[in-house]
Amino acid sequence: MSAQKPIEFSGACPIPISQYPQVLMAHGGGGRLMHQLIGKMFLAAFHNPLLDTQHDAAVAELTGKKIAFTTDSYVVRPMFFPGGDIGSMAVHGTVNDLAMAGARPLYLSSAFIIEEGLPMETLWKIVCSMRDAAKKCGVQIITGDTKVVDKGKGDGVFINTAGIGVIEHEQKIAPQNVRAGDAILVSGDVGRHGMAIMAVREGLEFESKIESDSAPVHEAVLKLLKAGIEIHCLRDLTRGGLTSALNEIAEAANRTLLVDEKLIPVREDVQAACEILGLDPFQVACEGRFAAFIAANDSERALKILRANPGGIGACVIGKVSEERSADVFLKSAIGARRILDMASGEQLPRIC
Amino acid sequence: MKFLDEYRDGELAQQFAREIHRITTKPWNIMEICGGQTHAIVKFGIDELLPKKITLIHGPGCPVCVTPLEMIDKALEIAARPNVIFASFGDMLRVPGSTTDLLSVKASGGDVRIVYSPLDAVKLAEQNPAKEIVFFGVGFETTAPATALAIYQAAQKKLRNFSMLISHVLVPPAMEALLSSPNCRVQGFLAAGHVCAVMGYEEYFSIAKKYRVPIVVTGFEPLDILQGVLMTVQQLESGRAEVENQYSRAVRREGNQPAQDLIQEVFRVVPRKWRGVGEIPQSGLGLGDKYAEFDAEKKFGVAHHHVEESADCQSGLVLQGQIKPHECPAFGAKCTPEHPLGATMVSSEGACAAYYRYRRMPDLIGAK
Repeated sequence: MSAQKPIEFSGACPIPISQYPQVLMAHGGGGRLMHQLIGKMFLAAFHNPLLDTQHDAAVAELTGKKIAFTTDSYVVRPMFFPGGDIGSMAVHGTVNDLAMAGARPLYLSSAFIIEEGLPMETLWKIVCSMRDAAKKCGVQIITGDTKVVDKGKGDGVFINTAGIGVIEHEQKIAPQNVRAGDAILVSGDVGRHGMAIMAVREGLEFESKIESDSAPVHEAVLKLLKAGIEIHCLRDLTRGGLTSALNEIAEAANRTLLVDEKLIPVREDVQAACEILGLDPFQVACEGRFAAFIAANDSERALKILRANPGGIGACVIGKVSEERSADVFLKSAIGARRILDMASGEQLPRIC
Repeated sequence: MKFLDEYRDGELAQQFAREIHRITTKPWNIMEICGGQTHAIVKFGIDELLPKKITLIHGPGCPVCVTPLEMIDKALEIAARPNVIFASFGDMLRVPGSTTDLLSVKASGGDVRIVYSPLDAVKLAEQNPAKEIVFFGVGFETTAPATALAIYQAAQKKLRNFSMLISHVLVPPAMEALLSSPNCRVQGFLAAGHVCAVMGYEEYFSIAKKYRVPIVVTGFEPLDILQGVLMTVQQLESGRAEVENQYSRAVRREGNQPAQDLIQEVFRVVPRKWRGVGEIPQSGLGLGDKYAEFDAEKKFGVAHHHVEESADCQSGLVLQGQIKPHECPAFGAKCTPEHPLGATMVSSEGACAAYYRYRRMPDLIGAK
C-alpha cells in the first residue's frame, strides 16, 4: 500500500479512478476496501469531531443530556433465516450500535425501500417481526418512511433504521480509551450469523441447523455499567467479524492487541461449515455478539455478569491489550506460534479446494 | 472439533518438532507442493518450530496462481458478454487479468456467479436454457474429477448452452520441471495429500528414483505437515529417496479409481502454460475429442489470444521456490491484496497472500 497523504478538500474523487472506477461488492464487505472507502470518501467529506471518533454510535450533548445517535441499513438475503429475519435484525442491529456507545436505546426510525411485487404478506411478517423485536428491546419506532422502487431495482425490501439512546453514566467508552493491560472479552461464540446465512444461501445441510445469533445486547451492557465495571471500549462483531472489530479498535486506539486462538469460542457446527467452505470463522459476521475492553481488575466480574445474561453463557476472555503501540492485532496460534490477525480485504470468497 | 483438534494439538506439535531438531544434522531444503500446505505453515507458524537448518520452500500448488494471464483475460472477455452467465469458484474473482478482474466485470453488469461445485453450473444451465453458461474449470487433479463429472452430466443431458473454460494442471510434470531446472534447490518434497487422494502415488516412484529425491505424501493440518517434514528429514539424513505416505487416513497407493476413470473419459493430457513459469509439456488437462463441443474457448472464439505477463510481478520465481514472497520488491508496496499485481497475492492458497495476511511485519518475516 502506498502511503496516503491526508485528504485535503478538493473537487477530485479521493479514491483515484486508476484503483477502482466502480463500486465493488467488496466495498461493502467489512474489510479493508470498505474501510478505505469510508476513510477516504465519507470521513474526508463529512469530517467533524463527533464523526471522527468512528464509534458505532456518535455521542452528542443536547441541552445537558448526553445522547447517542446511529443508523444502519439492512439488505440481508435471504430475508428469513434460521434464528431471525431482516425485520428483527433491523431492530437488533441499531439497538446494539447504541449499546456499544453505552447508551440506553430509546427511539428508532424505520425507512423501507420496497421492490414492486413484494407479497404484502411477506412485508407484514417483517413488520410484525420488527414490532416484536422493538417491544422486547424496550424501544419505540417513532418515525419512518416508505418508498417503492420498480421491479428489478431492489431486492424484496431494504430497511434503514436510525436510533437514539440516552447515556446515563459518566464512563467514557470509545476506542481512544483502550489502555495497556485491558482484558479483551467476547460476549459469546463467534461467526454464527454469517454461517447461518451462508448455509441457507448455499443449500448446505448439517445435522442440526445453524441458527443466527441475532439478538439485542444492550441489557448485558447496561448491567455491566450498573455494576460499575470499568468499560474502556465496546464494539459489535458485525460485518468482518471479530478480526475487523479488533483491527478497527487497534487502529483507532493505536494499541497492540494480543489474542489467543484457543480461547476464542467457535461452535463446532460453525467451525465445520467454515472448514468446508474455506472461510475463517474469525472473519464471519455475528449479529448478537460484541467485544469488550475491560480494565483488567474488573474482567472476572464482567465475565460473571455477561454469562448470567440470556445467550451470554459462552462469554470469555480472549486476550489483552499489550504495552506495545503498533496498531496491530496478533494471534497466538493453536500450536503456539504468533501471527497477524488481519482484516479481510473485501468479502470472504470460498476457495477452490 | 473431532478430526480437526487432534491434528492441531500444541503438545504433540512440540514433540514432533523436538524429534525433527534431534535428527537434523545438515541443512535441508524441503518443498511443500500445495498452497493449502503453505497457508497452514504460515498460519499456524509451523516453520517457526523447525530447526534453522531446515528451509521450507513454497511450491507451485496453487491452481489460482498458476492459471495463465491469457486464460484470465479469456474469462474476462467471455464473462463480459451479454447473455452469458459466467460461473466460477470464488477464488478466481479477484485474480487480476491484464486490465481488470472478474469482480469488476460483475460490477460493470457481467453476470458472474460464485459456485461451490461445477455441478452447480450444470444446474444453472438447466435452469436458464436461453443463456450460455460458462464454467471456469481450474485446479489440479483434486478438482478435475468434479469438473469431469460436470462435463459428463452435461453431455448426458444434452445441454447445448453449457461450456467450460478449462485450465486444469497436473502436479507430477511440474515437479519434474522444477527438478530439471539448473536453479533447483529442492532436496525433498511434501506431496499434496488431496491430489494423491484422487491419483494415488504410483506416479511419484519414478520421480523419486530418477532425481534421488524423497517424496512424502502429506496432509494439511499442522501435525500432518510436521510429521511429513519428519519423515522427509529421516530419509534425507539416512540417504534414502523413497515415496512414503504420511496421509494414510485419506490416501491409498492406487488412489480413487472411479475418479481417475472419469478424468480419463472426459480429458486428455495437453501442454499447459503456468502463470509466471511458462509452458510445461504434458502438464495440463484439456477436453477430449468426444467432449470438444463443451470447449468455451472454441465456442466463443478466444482460443488464439496470447498475452505477455508483466515484469513487475515476480510470482513465477515465488511459485518455483526461488524467492520468498517478501523478497519481491513489490511485496506489500506496489502489490497488496487490495491492489494485486499477481494471483499469488489474492488466492487463498497463494504464498504472497499467506505472507501478507499472517506475517506482514518485518520481525515476523525475519523469524525464519
